[in-house]
Amino acid sequence: MKKQHEKYLTIISIIILGIVVYLAQNYLDAYKLRILNLGAIYVTLGVSLNLIYGFTGQFSLGHAGFMAIGAYTTALLVLPPYYKEIIFIIEPLVWPFTVLHTPFIFALLCSGFFAAIAALLIGLPVLRLKGDYLGIATLGFAEIIRIIANNIPQITNGALGIKGIPEFTNLWWSVGVALFTIYIIKGLIQSSYGRALMAIRDNEIAAEVIGVNLTYHKVMSFTIGAFFAGVAGGLFACLLTTIDPKAFMFVMTFNILIVVVLGGFGSITGTVIAAFLFNFFLEYLRPVEDGLDLGIFSIPKIPGLRMVTFSALLLIIILYKQKGLLGGVEFSWQGLFQFFNRFFNKKSSEGSAK
Amino acid sequence: MSLNLLLQNIANGFSLGSLYALIAIGYTMVYGILRLINFAHGEIFMLAPYFLYFGFLMFHLPWWLSVLVAIILTALTGMLTERVAYRPLRDAPRISALISAIGVSFFLQNLAIVLFSGVPKSVHRPEFFRTLFQFGEIRIQSTLIASVIISALFLSILLYIIYKTKTGLAMRAISTDIETSRLMAIDVNKTISITFIIGSALAAIGGILWALRFPQIVPTMGLIPGLKAFIAAVVGGIGNISGAMLGGFILGMAEILFVAFFPELSGYRDAFIFLILILILLFKPDGILGKNVQEKV
Repeated sequence: MKKQHEKYLTIISIIILGIVVYLAQNYLDAYKLRILNLGAIYVTLGVSLNLIYGFTGQFSLGHAGFMAIGAYTTALLVLPPYYKEIIFIIEPLVWPFTVLHTPFIFALLCSGFFAAIAALLIGLPVLRLKGDYLGIATLGFAEIIRIIANNIPQITNGALGIKGIPEFTNLWWSVGVALFTIYIIKGLIQSSYGRALMAIRDNEIAAEVIGVNLTYHKVMSFTIGAFFAGVAGGLFACLLTTIDPKAFMFVMTFNILIVVVLGGFGSITGTVIAAFLFNFFLEYLRPVEDGLDLGIFSIPKIPGLRMVTFSALLLIIILYKQKGLLGGVEFSWQGLFQFFNRFFNKKSSEGSAK
Repeated sequence: MSLNLLLQNIANGFSLGSLYALIAIGYTMVYGILRLINFAHGEIFMLAPYFLYFGFLMFHLPWWLSVLVAIILTALTGMLTERVAYRPLRDAPRISALISAIGVSFFLQNLAIVLFSGVPKSVHRPEFFRTLFQFGEIRIQSTLIASVIISALFLSILLYIIYKTKTGLAMRAISTDIETSRLMAIDVNKTISITFIIGSALAAIGGILWALRFPQIVPTMGLIPGLKAFIAAVVGGIGNISGAMLGGFILGMAEILFVAFFPELSGYRDAFIFLILILILLFKPDGILGKNVQEKV
């Protein structure tokens, strides 16, 4: 198939997606919208972690930290000043934040920017580490960021967190940012930079020998990944409207890692599918703990059973689909057509055999 | 700070360190053999005090017997997690096993919430563990002394097993090269099961001592001690048993002394631990006692 046709197909599907988003935004109830929004935010988070881990091979467990930076930045920038005075009760907010009040998009960009700066500062020293050690060090940094957030009430309102953040995030924003992230990261991967990143993942020494600048590429991938994690953090804050340091514990990073691995290592398509499935399952398992009334006897409400079922499901999937749902396969129009071709050919050959 | 207060803090740090050491062993043994960060180890640690609680209060077992039962049950749970969640993934990409470990951790924690409820419970402390010893100006809880002595006892038993018995030899062989050990007719599966039993039993002892020291137990109590013990294992050199002990003591001591010297920064206590971790990783990436393995081209 020609490149030109693929382009048209992509444009058409984006338009269809736009219509779907429009319909969903206008006709779905708040609860369903929230799940879809979370799914889209997880796409951004997952794809950005996939860049660092799936494509560059750098085991980073720091995403919750970058999200936290993004979430707090956006929250402080979009909250109206008079409201900030009310909620900062432990200690008053320090100067520049008391007067700052910016549009949402600018706040999101700042979120990404600050997360990227943090990633740059962290990445330069720690990206020398390899494998699990890198994972632990980045996990440590994320926890340090969270602990700092807990201890500077004059900026973050401490453990109380920030409440009443305007609910700017809607499907247009979350899906838009997700698409933008995929577009940028896919473009990056297909460029010569991306080849260098994958060379680092496959064999660091070999990559260095053929002249790939390890530090530069690793830090670049880490920083770009963190940028999008920061933006996603901002969206997250304006979706939940309440943030506190507890929301950014390492469990959050684990959730994103689960999305990346379940989707299939190094597959953006897989990450997208897994991100939505993850959130759907998490929410639609709620009835499990509501209890059942079967007439003769009734199963009482069991709080917590939802997460038990969820983690059991997670275990089953990882045990039976060891390489993730898609196992590294990437969506492409060509692949889709080949699939249909094979599917129909198989059918027709079966038919002729009869 | 007066000398007495300093000694008091050192005693506290020592006993906290001995608890971290007990938990860290489990991480380090599993990592040494399977190259797997067993994130579920903190949950194994949390189960032991619950087993003790239920054995003593629900089944009215004598206290010492409920301790024994708790340790055995926890060790079996540890073995079971390996059987169910890690063994099928032994040849899978390592990240899948890690996700499986995270899954087990979520599962056990939430199962504990369902079965034991999220309401904090307080474990029974026998008379002995409530007494205070007075050495001049320093007052030391008997739990502190008990935890140091008990940890020392079990850690020496462990060292004996690792370095003087055939099973220990098998463990060391597997951690060097799992394929070759199989060729040497070592029963790999059995040895790994034993590793998990030992690691979980030590975590159980740690968990029970922890519950005697901080008598409130909740299903999420394994999270932070688990993470810190894991850091202790990394600081000491992951895969190295003596390293895990050393790391545990360093971390326990650092945590207590940090708060003692900088009480106004006590909120940053955990951040300080992570900072130590990162600094050690940066300057000695394989930990204090770890061997530096160079990748060959």
